[in-house]
Amino acid sequence: MIVAIILLLVAVGSVLFHIYSPWWWTPIATNWRYIDDTINITFWITGAVFFAVIAFMAYCVFRFHHKEGRQAHYNPENKKLEWWLSIGTAVGVGAMLAPGLFVWHQFVTVPANAAEIEVMGQQWQWSFRLPGKDGRMGTTDVRHVSAENPMGLNRDDPHGQDDVVIESGEMHLPVGKPVKVLLRSVDVLHDFYVPEFRAKMDMVPGMVTYFWMTPIRTGTFDVLCAELCGAAHAQMRAKVIVEEEAEYQAWLEQQKTFAELSGRSAVTRATYRSGGK
Amino acid sequence: MVDVPYEATVDVPPAEVPEVELYHPKSWWTQYVFSQDAKVIAIQYSLTATAIGLVALVLSWMMRLQLGFPGTFSFIDASQYLQFITMHGMIMVIYLLTALFLGGFGNYLIPLMVGARDMVFPYVNMLSYWVYLLAVIVLASTFFVPGGPTGAGWTLYPPQAILSGTPGQDWGIILMLSSLILFIIGFTMGGLNYVVTVLQARTRGMTLMRLPLTVWGIFTATIMALLAFPALFVASVMMLFDRLLGTSFFMPALVEMGQQMKYGGGSPILFQHLFWFFGHPEVYIVALPAFGIVSDLISTHARKNIFGYRMMVWAIVAIGALSFIVWAHHMYVSGMHPTFGFFFATTTLIIAIPTAIKVYNWVLTLWRGDIHLTVPMLFALGFIITFVNGGLTGLFLGNVVVDVPLSDTMFVVAHFHMVMGVAPIMVVLGAIYHWYPKVTGRMLDDWMGKFHFWVTFLGAYLIFFPMHYLGLLGVPRRYHEIGEAAFITPSVHTLNAFMSVVALIVGLAQIVFLFNLVWSYFKGRPSGGNPWRATTLEWQTPETPPGHGNWGKELPVVYRWAYDYSVPGAKEDFIPQNQPPARRALQGATP
Repeated sequence: MIVAIILLLVAVGSVLFHIYSPWWWTPIATNWRYIDDTINITFWITGAVFFAVIAFMAYCVFRFHHKEGRQAHYNPENKKLEWWLSIGTAVGVGAMLAPGLFVWHQFVTVPANAAEIEVMGQQWQWSFRLPGKDGRMGTTDVRHVSAENPMGLNRDDPHGQDDVVIESGEMHLPVGKPVKVLLRSVDVLHDFYVPEFRAKMDMVPGMVTYFWMTPIRTGTFDVLCAELCGAAHAQMRAKVIVEEEAEYQAWLEQQKTFAELSGRSAVTRATYRSGGK
Repeated sequence: MVDVPYEATVDVPPAEVPEVELYHPKSWWTQYVFSQDAKVIAIQYSLTATAIGLVALVLSWMMRLQLGFPGTFSFIDASQYLQFITMHGMIMVIYLLTALFLGGFGNYLIPLMVGARDMVFPYVNMLSYWVYLLAVIVLASTFFVPGGPTGAGWTLYPPQAILSGTPGQDWGIILMLSSLILFIIGFTMGGLNYVVTVLQARTRGMTLMRLPLTVWGIFTATIMALLAFPALFVASVMMLFDRLLGTSFFMPALVEMGQQMKYGGGSPILFQHLFWFFGHPEVYIVALPAFGIVSDLISTHARKNIFGYRMMVWAIVAIGALSFIVWAHHMYVSGMHPTFGFFFATTTLIIAIPTAIKVYNWVLTLWRGDIHLTVPMLFALGFIITFVNGGLTGLFLGNVVVDVPLSDTMFVVAHFHMVMGVAPIMVVLGAIYHWYPKVTGRMLDDWMGKFHFWVTFLGAYLIFFPMHYLGLLGVPRRYHEIGEAAFITPSVHTLNAFMSVVALIVGLAQIVFLFNLVWSYFKGRPSGGNPWRATTLEWQTPETPPGHGNWGKELPVVYRWAYDYSVPGAKEDFIPQNQPPARRALQGATP
């Protein structure tokens, strides 16, 4: 009796905790509301199954616990019941998988008008790069990395000269515009993680990974590293500030290009102002 | 061949081969230390696994102390925290759970349950344990070497695992990889034994479809382990080469702390594929023996045959096979080609179907049963709850797009602790309460057992259920402290402190269990040969504990499946597998 009640309380308590928990996802800041919706569908389906199974089990314990003279029912199998349960499970699984794959298709299909930005991780800081006036980012190589050139840009690539390099650990983004975030690392695995964005992806040395999103509200968001990257993993922080277009442009004006930072400022400042002509 | 497993037969085929003379120990050393008797080896495996498991338990306390009360304990810094989580994870998954289920329960139960005198290769079986012990010693030694154990996380992802930004980059990682290699060598020797014994040494009448589900679970898990561990073996060797010889299997060109390294051209993701090709089956290597054992616990203590035995067997086999094509669901955000996500999400969610069938059949076995709420039964019920909970959260993480926000958060930590930490441990503990009488001839104390169950089960649930919600909020895993972030509210710290206090209590409750093990060995109530009135062969041995060779003069002969509980018309509510059917009953059963 007591055992059955405790088992039932575990099920009821879990549901109540779910409803009243103060710990819930952060207010979303990108277009990935569909991900939250899929999680909600999954919560409903799995929650119903969880409650049903545990409640059934508690009932069995309550109803069929040992008493003098009780004999168990002899019932080796019931093909029909087993098949129906399997089919029901398959339907439930399909109801979670279908929306999941549908949203995943959106997640991996980058819109053509997405602006590219680059995030680079290294132990234990973040750097950012924007394509500059010519709209193209220059090539990079780990072998170019040095104290003066921490992101490893190719000095001989003309597309790279006007790239905006941000070492301050503070990235700005305009609200409402799709952005393809290119991810790169020069040492170990990192993961560009902003809880409010929902999207995240590992950064792997030797390759460029990406995800895309459209920021839908302004604000300042904490960047964390979500892939273990060594002793100071937890301290690897930066900020992303999503703002209106005008503010964003004002901020962009103040940023320095790669050429300026690497001391060829005289020539390239002109290039930057004239838009590459 | 018996078509319908639950029908008893009168005719049992004759023995195909004569019995082989057993190896007999000649001295105290070969009887108790360098023993070739599977039962002694089983106990050696179990004690060693428990000992190193206690180290992992203490490590979990250290982690919880740091997470619950960051900055309070000066002896835990960021590097040590990473070393603690790495060693805790590796010990629990491989050196405790894998070794205990296969080396411990496998060695003890397989020969007894299939009606054999011993494993088929006793000498190799003995070697298996000693190599395992060496692996454990090498692993434990990393606590004492310069630089300490590796802090690369139990997944040991390169490049960081072998670079200087990670603690234990010197001796720690080298010894860890060496220990894994040793473990796999030792396991392979034992594993071949278990497979061949199940296939070749079953007694007369013990068809495959009459095997208890415990044996099916351990057997399938062993086959999987023999196929999966080689992936970890080569990955470990390759990473050792990268670390010691300067090869670049997993190392691309990279810069470390401003220094250009000599590596170039390797792929960190290759390691992840190899690791998870092992790592995902590993989940089921731990889970399948637990599935099997818990089926037998439920059936025995509910005095009812396991519901849908054939479906249960096929579900075990299907899960075992499917688990080899789902590994990349651990890598949805690893940077692998995103198209893989469609395939691996689909296979991963399909595996939920045979798993759900098992759950249904467990609870349907309880339906109209005669449920004795013994300690093993309580642990079985605790297993069902934690396993259902952890299995269902797997449907979140397996569904690729849902995994994107949740991966690398505390949600993942909560999920895998529930499903492959707490749930299998529930089975391990239930199984110890169940089979301890066979091993020692004495019962474990019931009151201590019930206290142990309730504290462990409710405590573990209170730790890991709320932890999911921290992950949902976005708290990342493998952080020694959360630090400043706008989305972290003060209530997060309160919850962390609460979980830590509960973790200490649950850990302390295990002392009661250990005390019970020792106390009952001397003072426990004598159990007799078959205290649970169970049907399977290990309870029918002429001696308890079973003697050398298990069966005295004559091997048992099997006439029926392992689940003849509460058969209508039978005198008692169980019929042992080796009891021949009465003529009259048989005529009624066969048309």
